Amino acid sequence: MIGFQTLFYKEILRFWKVATQTITAPILTALLYLLIFGHVLDKHVQVYAGVQYTAFLVPGLVMMSVLQNAFANASSSLMQSKITGNLVFILLPPLSYWELFGAYVLAAIVRGLIVGLGVFIFTAWFAELSFVAPLWIVLFSLLGAAILSTMGLIAGIWAEKFDQLAAFQNFLIMPATFLSGVFYSIHSLPPMWLTVSRFNPFFYMIDGFRFGFFGQSDVNPVHSLAIVLAFFVLLAGVALTMLKRGYKLRG
Amino acid sequence: MAAIQITDIKKNYGTLQALDGVSLSIEQGEFFGLLGPNGAGKTTLISIIAGLIKASSGTVSVMGHDVQSDYRAARGRLGVVPQELVFDPFFTVRETLRMQLGYYGLKRNDAWIDEIMENLDLTNKAETNMRALSGGMKRRVLVAQALVHKPPVIVLDEPTAGVDVELRQTLWKFIGRLNREGHTVVLTTHYLEEAQALCSRIAMLKGGKVVALDTTNALLKQVAGSQLKLRLSGAPLPQSLSALQIPIESSYTALRINHSDEIEPILATLRLAGCVIDELQLQQADLEDVFIQIMDGAQQ
Repeated sequence: MIGFQTLFYKEILRFWKVATQTITAPILTALLYLLIFGHVLDKHVQVYAGVQYTAFLVPGLVMMSVLQNAFANASSSLMQSKITGNLVFILLPPLSYWELFGAYVLAAIVRGLIVGLGVFIFTAWFAELSFVAPLWIVLFSLLGAAILSTMGLIAGIWAEKFDQLAAFQNFLIMPATFLSGVFYSIHSLPPMWLTVSRFNPFFYMIDGFRFGFFGQSDVNPVHSLAIVLAFFVLLAGVALTMLKRGYKLRG
Repeated sequence: MAAIQITDIKKNYGTLQALDGVSLSIEQGEFFGLLGPNGAGKTTLISIIAGLIKASSGTVSVMGHDVQSDYRAARGRLGVVPQELVFDPFFTVRETLRMQLGYYGLKRNDAWIDEIMENLDLTNKAETNMRALSGGMKRRVLVAQALVHKPPVIVLDEPTAGVDVELRQTLWKFIGRLNREGHTVVLTTHYLEEAQALCSRIAMLKGGKVVALDTTNALLKQVAGSQLKLRLSGAPLPQSLSALQIPIESSYTALRINHSDEIEPILATLRLAGCVIDELQLQQADLEDVFIQIMDGAQQ
C-alpha cells in the first residue's frame, strides 16, 4: 500500500510542479473556446429548449478538459520516464501491477478533475447553469477521467517515441472528443454521422455528464452509464494485462 | 541459501544469443565480480536478476525468491545501481530518495536517508534539484537510491564509469563497509584493478557464456609468476628464451618467469647472445593478464 501511495504522490507532485503547463494552460484554452463559440453562436443556436447555447457548452468544455488532461497526464508521465530512462526506478521496486495501474490512473484522474473544476469555475460565470442531478455529474466525470487515464496509460506503455504518442492523441483522442457532442447535440447531425457518433464512447461520457446539469440528454443516461462503465472495465482489463505481462516495459 | 542463484539462463533477441546457458551461484556475504568485454552479456544478466527483462529460459532467484514467480520478495531484497546515468528531473535529491524508499513499501526513514547521503557526500546537495547536479553527483544519487531500502543483495553495474578518484574512494569505502556488515555485493566493472582489489570471487563472461569462475586468488595463480619486461638492443632475443616470451603490444620484450631465481640465468643468456639491456622491469601478474589470457583462450 505504501508503494502505491508513494507512486500516486509522485505522480501528483510531478504535474503540480509544472502547474502552469498542466493546469492553468488547459483552463485558459477552454475559456477561450467558451468566449469565442459562446459569443458567435449564443444568439443563433439552441440545442435544448430553455437552455442557452453557452450554458449547453459549459459542461461539454468541462468534460473535454477532464478527458484530455487525464489522458495527457498518464501518457506523458510514462512516456517521459521511458524516454529518459528513469522508469527503471519504478520497475526495480516490488510494485505490483495493480499498484502501478492504480497510482498512474488515480493521479491522472485527479489532474483531469482539477482542470475540469477550474474550467467549470471560470466558465460558469458566463452562463446560467442548473444542477438537476449532481450525482450523475460526479459519476460521469469520474468515469470519463478514469477511462481517459487508462487510455493514457495504455498509450504510454505502447508508444516507443513521442511521435507515436502524438499520433494516438491527435488521430484518436482529439477526433473522438471533438466529435462527441461537446459543441453540439448529435441530433443536429446528418443521419450517417449520427450513427457514427453512437459508436463513439466519448459521446456517452459527455451526454451523461450534461444530463446531470440539465436533466436532458440525447440518450438515456442509464444507458450511457452502462456503456461507459463497460468501456472502462474493458480498458482496465487491457491495461492490467499489459502491466502484468510487462508488455514493452520489461523486454 | 545463495544470495543469487542463476540456473541455465538463456536470452536471445531474435537471432542474437545474448546469454547462452549461464549458471552461477553467488553466496551471501560475497563481494562478487562479473567481468567481461562490452557485449559479453553482463548488463543483460543483471537486468534479468533485477526483473527488468525476462529470460528466454532458465531461472534466477534472489535470497531464495524466484525473480518471476515471487517477484515482489525478490525485488525487495535487491538493490541495483543501473549503468545508465538516469534521474527524474522533477525532484530534489531528498525527494528522490524518499520516494524510492516508498516504492519499496517502506515507511519514511529520514535517519537512514541522511546517513546514506552523509556517506556518499551528498548532504549539502539534499535540497538540490536532480537537474542541477554534476554527472558524478547524479551517480552518487543512483547509488543512494539502490541502498535506500537496505537490500541484503547489492548489484552495481559499472558504478565507477567516468567517475573521479574521490567518488571512487568514497563509494568503495561505503560499499566495503556494507559488505563487511553482511551485504552481498555484485560488481561489474571495466577497471580490473578495482575488481582485483575488491572482489573475493570473479566470473568472466564472454559471448553470453561463463568462461571463468573462481576466487580472485586462484585466477591470479592461473597466470603463473611475473613478467620480466626488457628493452633490448644489439641482438635479437636468443632462440633458447623464445619459449618464455609473452606477446605484448609494446617495444618491450616480455618474458614469463615463475621465480626471481630465474632472472640471473636469463640475463646471462642475453649477455652471451650479445643483447644489450637498455631497460628492465619486473611486473607481478595482475587480473588484466588473467583477463586477456582467458578472453584470448575463449576465442580459440
